[in-house]
Amino acid sequence: MRFELMYESFFKIIEGIPLTLQVVSISTVLGLALAIIVALMRISGKKSMSIPAYYFVYLIRGTPLLLQLYFVYYGLGQFSFIRESILWPILKEPYWCGIITLTISTGAYSSEIIRGGILSVSKNFIEASGALGLNKIKTFLLITLPITVRQALPAYGNELILMVKASSLISIITLMEITGIARTIISKTYAPVEIFLVAGSIYLIINFIIVLAVGLAERKLGTVKAN
Amino acid sequence: MFEVFSFGSSGWGDEMLMGALMTVLVSASSLLLGILIGIIFAACKLSNIFILKIIANTYTTIIRGIPELLVIYLLFFGGSGAVMYIAKIFGYDGYIELNAFTIGTIAVGAISGAYSTEVIRGAVNSVHKGQFEAGKTLGLNGYGLYGRVIFPQVARIALPGIGNVWQITLKDTALISVTGLVEIMRQSRIAAGSTHEPFIFYTAAIILYLVITRLSNILFDKAENTYSKGFISKGAR
Repeated sequence: MRFELMYESFFKIIEGIPLTLQVVSISTVLGLALAIIVALMRISGKKSMSIPAYYFVYLIRGTPLLLQLYFVYYGLGQFSFIRESILWPILKEPYWCGIITLTISTGAYSSEIIRGGILSVSKNFIEASGALGLNKIKTFLLITLPITVRQALPAYGNELILMVKASSLISIITLMEITGIARTIISKTYAPVEIFLVAGSIYLIINFIIVLAVGLAERKLGTVKAN
Repeated sequence: MFEVFSFGSSGWGDEMLMGALMTVLVSASSLLLGILIGIIFAACKLSNIFILKIIANTYTTIIRGIPELLVIYLLFFGGSGAVMYIAKIFGYDGYIELNAFTIGTIAVGAISGAYSTEVIRGAVNSVHKGQFEAGKTLGLNGYGLYGRVIFPQVARIALPGIGNVWQITLKDTALISVTGLVEIMRQSRIAAGSTHEPFIFYTAAIILYLVITRLSNILFDKAENTYSKGFISKGAR
């Protein structure tokens, strides 16, 4: 064990934390919006809405994230009409390609969590809300949504951890976040175990904080009785 | 447009299919290794020995909290060194290099092992207590009890979970393309680079993954139906 190297590399690797957190938080927020849309499309009952949503989720969940990343970063840039479009300043940046890919990915996975959450809201609540004279929109906002948030929270916490882990892939498209810096140091110093321990601990700490925060939010929101 | 996928030396069709075969092979061997690891660590977690529980919990926590890519880098850069270190203890002093397939299998196997551990642990826990008691009453112990009575039931209950682990494992093997193993991901990268047609080759890769996922779904559903004969009806799914 080369502790001095671990000490030095720790200060280099933590410089990657802001980028990791930035990419994760931007794509989580955008992905959540996408997930809500996809989940609502899937439970809308209209085939023209639910079928595209189903295949979108199927496509994203059935393929590796790395492939999606390559597809967005290398695949789309092949066409001249994309290179000449107004989207090109965004699509040529690895940073935005990473965010787009992670957004789409988490959007698909979380839409299933949200769908499960919405479907878990008991019919009795909806009927009771109708009996009290609330209309559909009010029922959704005041009854369904808060219960969905509570029900989906534990699974969504897992999804957040998966997002932190998934963000390591953007190092492959040249972005220097935690894993990217760790990889560079490994290939320079050839000390894989030491660097793994340093970078791995940083990830574990980030994920541990997420677990604590989600646990706190769960307790704060209380429990929903099943019926 | 499709002539790039012709077979033989002029096109990439046969190479892509070989890549798909490699993905299936490395996924299958990783899954098997993972199940083996899963059985061992599930036994540790279910044992009454404190230190074994700690080891198993540390393993699953680390694997589930650290990016797969880091684990792969650790084994890719450190795997040969570790093997040579162990060989030195046994008196062998030469240079040993692990090939990409072995490293990939060990790396993805270690990752999928953590998920298998949880699946198998859950399955053992859901075997009815009466089964253990009845087995003991019949005078069975050790292999007789666990091998002949408990394991077949665990296998049946764990099958859907192992199906999920298979899907995760299949997708994780894409990451070992960074170590140079020529599977779907690596092959499509090579082809995209040499033909300057990234879009079409990555689309082909997406289709190959979806086909493999779909086929394995069908196989797992069939296996589930076969092994749950006489138990619960599967109901609406």
